[in-house]
Amino acid sequence: MQRPFTIDDIAMNYSSYIALIPLLPLAAFVMLGLLGKQLSRSAGILATLIMLVSTVLACYTAYNYFFVTGKVNGVYPPVAAFHYNWLPFSPGLSIDMGVLLDPASVMMLVVVNFVSLMVHVFSLAYMKGENRFATYYAFLALFTFSMLGLVLSGNLLQMYIFWELVGVSSFLLIGFYYDRPAAVAAAKKAFIVTRFADLGFLIGILILAFYGGTLDFNTLIYQLTATNSSPLTQSPQAGFPGISLLTWALMLVFMGGAGKSAMFPLHIWLPDAMEGPTPVSALIHAATMVVAGVYLVARLYPIYLLDVAVLQIITWVGAISAFLAAIIACTQTDIKRVLAYSTISQIGYMLFALGLAGYGHTTTGYSASLFHLFTHAFFKSLLFLGAGAVIHFVHTNEMLEMGGLRKWMPVTHLTFLIACMAIAGIPPFAGFFSKEEILLAAWENNRYVFLLALITSGITAFYMFRLYFSIFWSRTRSYPHQHGEGSWTMKVPLVLLGTAAVLVGFIPFADFVALDNQKEITIPLSFSIAPVTIAIAGIALAYLLYYKYNPGPQKLALALGGLYKMVKRKFYFDELYLFITKRIIFDGIAKPAAWIDKHLVDGFMNGAGRATARFAESIKAWQSGRVQSYALYFFGGIIALAALIVYWWT
Amino acid sequence: MMSDFFILMKQELVITVIIFILLLLKIGADLSNEKMLQLANALLLLNLVLGFIGNRPGVLFNEMFLANPLVVLEKNILSLGTLIISLQSSAWLKKHDHVPEFYILLLCTLLGMFFMISSGNLLIFYVGLELSSIPLAAMANFDLGRKRSSEAAMKFIISSAFASGLLLFGISLVYGATGTLTFSELGALIAGGPLQTFAFVLLLAGFAFKISVVPFHLWTADVYEGAPVAVTSWLSVVSKGSVLFVFVSVLYTVFKPIAGSWYNMLFVLSVLTILTGNLFAIRQHNIKRFLAFSSIAQIGFILVGITGSSQLAAASVVYFVLIYVFSNLAAFGVIALVSAVTGREQLNDYRGFYRTNPVLSWVLTIALFSLAGVPPTAGFFGKFFLLLAGAGKGNYILVTIAALNMILSFYYYLRLVKAIFMDVNEQPIEQLSIPAYSKLALFICITGIIVTGLAGYVYDYIHSLSSKF
Repeated sequence: MQRPFTIDDIAMNYSSYIALIPLLPLAAFVMLGLLGKQLSRSAGILATLIMLVSTVLACYTAYNYFFVTGKVNGVYPPVAAFHYNWLPFSPGLSIDMGVLLDPASVMMLVVVNFVSLMVHVFSLAYMKGENRFATYYAFLALFTFSMLGLVLSGNLLQMYIFWELVGVSSFLLIGFYYDRPAAVAAAKKAFIVTRFADLGFLIGILILAFYGGTLDFNTLIYQLTATNSSPLTQSPQAGFPGISLLTWALMLVFMGGAGKSAMFPLHIWLPDAMEGPTPVSALIHAATMVVAGVYLVARLYPIYLLDVAVLQIITWVGAISAFLAAIIACTQTDIKRVLAYSTISQIGYMLFALGLAGYGHTTTGYSASLFHLFTHAFFKSLLFLGAGAVIHFVHTNEMLEMGGLRKWMPVTHLTFLIACMAIAGIPPFAGFFSKEEILLAAWENNRYVFLLALITSGITAFYMFRLYFSIFWSRTRSYPHQHGEGSWTMKVPLVLLGTAAVLVGFIPFADFVALDNQKEITIPLSFSIAPVTIAIAGIALAYLLYYKYNPGPQKLALALGGLYKMVKRKFYFDELYLFITKRIIFDGIAKPAAWIDKHLVDGFMNGAGRATARFAESIKAWQSGRVQSYALYFFGGIIALAALIVYWWT
Repeated sequence: MMSDFFILMKQELVITVIIFILLLLKIGADLSNEKMLQLANALLLLNLVLGFIGNRPGVLFNEMFLANPLVVLEKNILSLGTLIISLQSSAWLKKHDHVPEFYILLLCTLLGMFFMISSGNLLIFYVGLELSSIPLAAMANFDLGRKRSSEAAMKFIISSAFASGLLLFGISLVYGATGTLTFSELGALIAGGPLQTFAFVLLLAGFAFKISVVPFHLWTADVYEGAPVAVTSWLSVVSKGSVLFVFVSVLYTVFKPIAGSWYNMLFVLSVLTILTGNLFAIRQHNIKRFLAFSSIAQIGFILVGITGSSQLAAASVVYFVLIYVFSNLAAFGVIALVSAVTGREQLNDYRGFYRTNPVLSWVLTIALFSLAGVPPTAGFFGKFFLLLAGAGKGNYILVTIAALNMILSFYYYLRLVKAIFMDVNEQPIEQLSIPAYSKLALFICITGIIVTGLAGYVYDYIHSLSSKF
């Protein structure tokens, strides 16, 4: 590992405008927050224009970083483009704000900005006529600011601050329709579950910072990987119970990541979060916030490489999440929930690829994972926006109440199909390339994971096309009022994202984002046969069952009986959590604790309070209002002090 | 050199010139109150701005007068406080017949403080101290029609004379024991015999009187309550701040050799002061008396910091005074406004304040939070550094007592916040329009409360100026 270097003249290229990228959305948030009511309609346009500027700057930064600055010694160097010493407590401890550019963060910068811009444009029509239109855009801008801040963070604490801000803005957006009890409950659930996970993250940060001696990413990585004297990396017996401190820290940090990325068993908040406006789901719960966990692990990857055990945990959490979520997605009938589970499943892919890169024969999983993150952002936000357009048209989320929509919504239909092909892994759509790389990494490193992933990709193709056929084919219905597909502001993002979903797969991603010592990825043509065949089989099955409306699926569900019910009820995870929180924590712990608090603690405190008040009353006489007695006390004080100092302490 | 005189004593000279301008205007021109206030505020602003330019360190008159960056900064803090108080009291002064006199008295005390801070000799120090306290008595009497105001002035001048007498006695003992009054020479001659120690106790009592350390504090509440709000805020912020600055530098330079003895004394005094201030604050019904006792408790916390006797301690005291200027003046600004318009000064009057005056309620709440030390207001950072400095000596009993008292102080500060936001009142304070001057003053204070804490370089800057112990 080289000493992280920051080249001043490179940093100079960026510093003038890089801070603007996150600050522009913040300015939009402040403006809309303060003046939203006066602006009303134009609020959306204003926010969108600001996002456009920010996106252009982000693309320019990416161009600058990858093509102007380019590689130094064969790798893209991390650049601290902006750095401000914010709260210096002591020479060793200071809290800084900075911007760190490296391939991963530049890639995320572009993705977040682009998807956010698309969502801003799409929402112009989707949220039209909403009472709190300006507020909605203010929240969107706040979210974009926080997410960009998270992506660009140069140190752990800054990342944590933005991590929480992202959580808050997600909470605000999920609960945007606050007059619906379900939305309020979902917002609370999302916030509490991710907060619980963040507790682990914070403890992990504190351990890393305490033993690593710094919060800064580059310095931390350097100190932990270059010197073996750090107590963190010493013998595993040092920790509790038999697990080293480093393992604890990394597991706890991953816990935060798993919470945000909705990995099993902390996934329960994401499907409920679909109560928010659909464009919000496209932005937060498909492309940006939920992949923060993946990004976090990728950020600290050199440290994760020190500990194979944690990487194994990450691999299996990812693989199992991918598989279980795919199965659940097959039984859901709310189209947004299907997409939510498919998001969990795809993030599972990214995580196990990351995990596998650390302890197998090859390290290609790292760039495969981020590549999938990149392509997934486009086609998944496209799917959500498409679903938004559909919901806008039919006014329901229920798949069973849809059908035959291709006649009324040609653009949506076509782009949705592209996205389905992409996620199913059909060449030459974007998802094919990234998924292929992941599967290859799995094949080379762990055959069990490969098998699970292969099966999952078949299931993915099946449930995505089940969704597609049910919405756009199946039986044709008549819809109450037919106001056309929607205005151009809804179609343009769909078309742009659709184009991206076709094209971004051809980017030689591993050239840009890769571990230092990674070899080139070459996928043998023969390797693609099995995954593509399985995907096509999945599509064919969906075609048989859902192309034309027939009682087949019903019968199948009946035949599977209890098994189907178990999956449909999402393996009873929600019930399990309710049992733990209601029965065990509330009744078993909280109630006795409340009794102790009320009767013992409060009793003592009340007693102490009363005693203090009585004492205060009794010394009131000192303050008599007579100057002569004041002089007496004054003189008494001098004599007492003199006596003390002369006779006692000397 | 002549230019030395003008540069090093620039701040004192500016104040003197302003005093003469006002005096001549009083005699010669018949300006309306409105014009007079504009002029006075403009001059004070000019004074503050001039304070920041063209400074350099040096000594004058055989080390009787010192100037260095820390001293300049301290004077600028006091100038800022003066400007804020002047802006805030405009509502009250507008109706007063003697505006120029008020400003002349005010600036005379400020001039005294400047000399006191710059003093390198006990004699200059004493002259400065007297100049800063005698006009104050006249100021306390400035609500000419009110008996309580006269009573406050009377109590203040008598107690003050008593304290000065003992202080002068202490100074003469110091001179008798060492043969010099110059700080730099005293540092080498103080050794800690009974005579010197007793002289120190007398000096300490003099300081303690000015900054209201228990048991020398008894005048505080009566004078605060009786005096006009502007004078009360002047007493509690600027006057105390100036004496604190001198106190720290005298303790840390002149009396450094007997640090062991005064450490113990400060320990006892700080515990007494915090406890008494807090316990009395709980029982108060008048909001000015309430703030008087709470400010006594604050002084106790500062003493905890001073016991640390380190560069950190010296810096944290100056830092805390700066924060205290903002926080306390924000609170006094609201109270001054309410008092000037409605004449109501009881704690109960503030019940339901939020319903009629939301903006003022928030300002007062932020100020109270900062006084209580609730993060992220600057008050939190100020107290944090003070306690950190105190903990540096390893006296955890003291720090524990201080921390427990912080909790006690939350109780009474939050009680007022509760009254403002939650309690209902049949006759709440009516809706007040905030005059432009007060608005500006409150804005400066609130910005200060937020920025001073969060912008780390403020503390860094002060720390870099503070002398090593």
